[in-house]
Amino acid sequence: MVKGLKELLSLRKWFLLLFTFVIVQFLVQINVINDYLQATIATICINIILAVSLNLITGFTGQFSLGHAGFMSIGAYTCAIILLRVPSTGGFLAGLLSGAVLAALVGFLVGLPTLRLRGDYLAIATLGMSEIIRIIFLNLEITNGAAGLSGIPRFTNWFYLFVFMAGTILLISNFLRSSHGRACISVREDEIAAEAMGINATRYKVTAFTIGAFCAGIAGALYAGYFYFLKPSTFGFLKSIDILVIVVLGGMGSLSGSVLAAILLALISTFLQDFPDLRMVLYSLMLIIIMIFRPQGLMGSKELSLKMLTGLGRNLLPSRKGGE
Amino acid sequence: MEQLIQQIINGISLGSIYALIALGYTMVYGIIKLINFAHGDIYMLGAYIGYFCMTTLKLGFLPSLIAAMLICTLIGMAVEKIAYKPLRNATRIAVLITAIGVSLFIEYGTMFFVGAGVRTYPEITGLLAKRFQFGSMVVSMQQIMIVATTIVLMTILQIIVRKTRIGKAMRAVSLDKDAAQLMGINVNTTISFTFALGSALAGAAGILVGVYYNSINPLMGVMPGLKAFVAAVLGGIGIIPGAMIGGYLIGIVEVFVSGYGSSMYREAVVFAILILILIVKPAGILGKNIREKV
Repeated sequence: MVKGLKELLSLRKWFLLLFTFVIVQFLVQINVINDYLQATIATICINIILAVSLNLITGFTGQFSLGHAGFMSIGAYTCAIILLRVPSTGGFLAGLLSGAVLAALVGFLVGLPTLRLRGDYLAIATLGMSEIIRIIFLNLEITNGAAGLSGIPRFTNWFYLFVFMAGTILLISNFLRSSHGRACISVREDEIAAEAMGINATRYKVTAFTIGAFCAGIAGALYAGYFYFLKPSTFGFLKSIDILVIVVLGGMGSLSGSVLAAILLALISTFLQDFPDLRMVLYSLMLIIIMIFRPQGLMGSKELSLKMLTGLGRNLLPSRKGGE
Repeated sequence: MEQLIQQIINGISLGSIYALIALGYTMVYGIIKLINFAHGDIYMLGAYIGYFCMTTLKLGFLPSLIAAMLICTLIGMAVEKIAYKPLRNATRIAVLITAIGVSLFIEYGTMFFVGAGVRTYPEITGLLAKRFQFGSMVVSMQQIMIVATTIVLMTILQIIVRKTRIGKAMRAVSLDKDAAQLMGINVNTTISFTFALGSALAGAAGILVGVYYNSINPLMGVMPGLKAFVAAVLGGIGIIPGAMIGGYLIGIVEVFVSGYGSSMYREAVVFAILILILIVKPAGILGKNIREKV
């Protein structure tokens, strides 16, 4: 490809990003997007960050984790605790950063020993880890136990949501196209073969796990800064499952699939709001039916390059032709 | 000392429940490598069926137990037929998500029909209400009944698995599905039978818990389900005696943590044990480490 054209294309990517941002910002300003819709958008953005980062661990590196909610809760509580003491933008950003770093640290420390486990054993170990984190938050004084933290000032807005969502997708898609990302994918394909080729499997698994935990921490911090209120039961086993469902539904190993599935599930959940009694029943039925008829998820391991999606998905995530 | 023995007795009662649930997990995992998340909910259904038998139908304990086991068997087999069988050749994660879907479906379906509230089992009278006092220790008839029922059921299970043709088929399928099929074993029937056995045991555990703790609710299966799975992993997953040992160990540990430490941390301790055992000896107490070959 001609160099000039390449530059133009990458310019277009940034332009489309900016465009999406400005449009939504404008709609918020003129009140077309009301509070309820804004909350839905916030949920979607947070879920996208969570799903994309879990996809890095589970979909691309092949490490089956059921503990993503644990990392999210670390980010959320850290940010909330700091925000309650320093209610300013600086406090929010400091909280967000320290939440993400703390989550990454825990992810690193937990990942180091447990990532030697394979498949279901790892899933159960991560599930146990996130339950332990939840129980610790349930018993600590600083997190106010089962009652949870309330009155957290709202600092998360569309700007932060968008920047961190786009940042996460960019970070992870670029990581996957680096040699480190390729190494992660090779670990998923065949760990023994990868090791025979001189790839330190444990190192890459821990790297992916730590990056995933870091992003989950960001998502948690954004959650804390938006919804005013945190309690440990929000981050239970079901939350981890919710995130995993997004990843599997979108297609393991497809970032644009995760984005799509997060949006789709949020829409379905909004729609099901009208049937509160049957909501979970219909949700679970849908899950079973999708898995029976399309077990590879919506996108399989392909990336979306259709024009139907906003420029965001198309341009952030060019399809990886061949490979894998 | 007496308190210690009392704790052990309580732990054994609780452990019996975990062991019964863990057996279902371990058998299903052994045969199709699926963490059947819906298993804890079959246990919950067992508790509800027992409840309706005892209140609406006014049946005694034993008929209710048998009814709960039978209905749970049917439900377990139906779940396998409808949800898991079409996915026999799908990826493990797809089947796992399906299992989670089934679990949510049973939980919230039950909630839809019977309400989310807690229900209380009828007061037990007669022989089952007896308590035996030894010094400061108390052993209730219910505890004896739980342990006795568990031992009887486990013995029956062992006989089925060790001595019958279908038991032999189960062991063969769990060892090597394809080879078993080549030897003329009907794999689908065997898997179905495994689900039936596991679900019957879970149903029994459900009604025993109802009688012992009195209160039941549609989400009661989630935590015991997870802990029973921990028990199965602890003992060595796929190994039936391992699930029994794991169940009793988890029960006793939990009671000890509640009794001597803080009851708030008892679940954390269970999961910490799980992580430790996975790191130290992933195959579990009775499991053998198998090196992966290329």
